[in-house]
Amino acid sequence: MSENIGNVWIFIEQDSGDIADVSLELLSKGCQLAGELGVKTEAVLFGAKVEGLVATLHEYGADNVFIAEDERLEPFSALPYTKMIVELVGAHRPNIILFGATQVGRSLAPRVASKLAAGLTADCTALEIDDYEDKASKTVMKNRLMQIRPAFGGNIIATIANSWEDPQMVTVREGVMPLSEPEKGRTGEVTKVAVNLSDEDTVVKVIERVKAESDVNLKGARIIVAGGYGVGSKDDFNLIKKFADAIGGEVAASRAAVDAGWIDHEHQVGQTGVTVRPKLYIACGISGSVQHRAGMSDSAKIIAINTDPDAPIFSIAHYGIVGDLKEAIPMLMKALKAHA
Amino acid sequence: MSLTSLVFVKQVPDTKNVTGDAMRPDGTVNRGALAAIFNPEDLNALELALDLRERYGGRVVVCTMGPPAAAAVLRHSLYMGADEAILLTDRSFAGADTLATSYALSCAAKKLGDYDLVLCGRQAIDGDTAQVGPQVAEKLDIPQVTYVEKVLEVKDGVATVRNLIDGGHEVVKTPLPALLTAVSSANEPRPAGARRLMRYKKAMTRTELLAKHAGKTYEDSNELAVEEEKLRERGLWIHEWSAADVDADPQRIGFAGSPTKVKKIENVVLAAGQFKEIPLTEEGIDALAKELIEDNVFV
Ligand SMILES: Cc1cc2nc3c(=O)[nH]c(=O)nc-3n(C[C@H](O)[C@H](O)[C@H](O)COP(=O)(O)OP(=O)(O)OC[C@H]3O[C@@H](n4cnc5c(N)ncnc54)[C@H](O)[C@@H]3O)c2cc1C
Repeated sequence: MSENIGNVWIFIEQDSGDIADVSLELLSKGCQLAGELGVKTEAVLFGAKVEGLVATLHEYGADNVFIAEDERLEPFSALPYTKMIVELVGAHRPNIILFGATQVGRSLAPRVASKLAAGLTADCTALEIDDYEDKASKTVMKNRLMQIRPAFGGNIIATIANSWEDPQMVTVREGVMPLSEPEKGRTGEVTKVAVNLSDEDTVVKVIERVKAESDVNLKGARIIVAGGYGVGSKDDFNLIKKFADAIGGEVAASRAAVDAGWIDHEHQVGQTGVTVRPKLYIACGISGSVQHRAGMSDSAKIIAINTDPDAPIFSIAHYGIVGDLKEAIPMLMKALKAHA
Repeated sequence: MSLTSLVFVKQVPDTKNVTGDAMRPDGTVNRGALAAIFNPEDLNALELALDLRERYGGRVVVCTMGPPAAAAVLRHSLYMGADEAILLTDRSFAGADTLATSYALSCAAKKLGDYDLVLCGRQAIDGDTAQVGPQVAEKLDIPQVTYVEKVLEVKDGVATVRNLIDGGHEVVKTPLPALLTAVSSANEPRPAGARRLMRYKKAMTRTELLAKHAGKTYEDSNELAVEEEKLRERGLWIHEWSAADVDADPQRIGFAGSPTKVKKIENVVLAAGQFKEIPLTEEGIDALAKELIEDNVFV
């Protein structure tokens, strides 16, 4: 069915041999898109010593792994990575490239897109294949990547398409795309990529690197208590933390609460934060913007506490308490304790 | 030593206040009813530049691309301490995605020429994309460091900076010129200086000067040129550059220069009232607690 269209590529982010979760999630999504297009799924893997990761990528669905190993490719640095990917794109002409919307992906993808003069859409919440009619030129482009994301401006979702030549590039946050089961023993091709880097490509030197295991684990949390702008202040945000502690949950927040400086961005749920699917999500003082809902609407049970009975959060809630969170939370804590 | 920093800033709608009047009944936003603010992380970028000037000398040039009204963020930059301000404005810039935006900004940087550092906020709150900084760096063919918290040192044409990575931080050395994007934890942007405010509130662009003398033109009245000259002498002139002024290729700016196109916009229709309303009473809350526990939510 493909009229000579290129393959679907996934940039694999790895650090000292650990593959980022988002890269495997994108591999799952990439396989689905490639299946619809009748093309292959290919992984792009760079690092100092990464050969050991190839088998995993095959098992998660990569038909081919482009691999480049060189000390200068670890840790990640935008200049050498950009140069390598741009050359690889020139040689193989992929149709689609998926990047994780991590700090690395958000440094690399735009630089690559700029060099290739390619379109790039950030933080997509869904990806689909469909035709696109370019209104200006009245041409129909077949089987294009529909890049879907909430748009600024209230309750709206935009579908974006790339109207220029390939590649079509997007970034996606961790947790947005579900991870498929790996197929044990699945194998595939490996394509070694020559590393041609000059001194100019490695002028930026990392001289210190500190990575701490984060103790925030929202993605895997079973119970989440989330606070929004309605919490009112940094001090009051302690109530959210106390509540979460009492019921063995993790603390989350809306972007408004993060922007206000009440809590770190690591705790932000939504389109440009984490996507979560807990058994219970308690949204306190959160209006339920489309960007926030994008990250939590798949929760098994949602309780919304909000003073405004018309807040959009209630439309996806299973239980709603219309009232002041400062009253409701202590009451709920007490009642849960009594029945525990 | 002396450093020239070029800071790119953006005027954005205040996304925190998308409520009340700003919402249309169909759930979309009436941009006109939203306050326009200085993109928060661009203030951090400007603060980094001002701090560098205090440490090493030099000058700070601020540039924004936007409609004439975006001159407001340039005036604010002058209040904070910027030396010079440039408004990049042209109808043909409209409809730009990040690729076309970064091209236009890079044209302005090239016209300015002698910069050591280009600074931007990590991202703008109306899109959160974080794309424009790296794209400008690529177009200028200079290195980039994103998510910068501190410029530790600038010495012999090399900057040592500390930046955030996922789950930690790095310290990197980059030769100058380089582009840095600043995060909100970088610093506490200084407020507008009272004396600078008094002085620079009179700063204006050509469009504003023309509006002030409504009906007059440079051709038929000498008055405008005289006033412009005065403003320039006193450092109150905000440069206004068009696409032609920065030699921008018309095919690479605005809508024409944007590969990404919006195919459709859908309004999310929310089905109301399917939730179980829990009255805020002891009995109501108690019943909810019981139900949750019986449903094994906590095991
Ligand atoms: C590009 C982009 C990306 C974004 N990404 C995200 C994202 O990832 N995550 C995210 O959350 N947002 C995101 N946003 C922001 C989003 O649009 C909203 O602005 C934000 O979610 C609002 O947060 P909030 O609900 O806490 O605040 P508000 O909308 O201000 O709502 C506060 C709520 O609290 C209620 N309230 C007030 N007082 C009380 C009280 N005492 N008791 C109970 N309730 C009370 C109010 O009725 C109101 O409903 C993004 C926006 C853009 C433009």
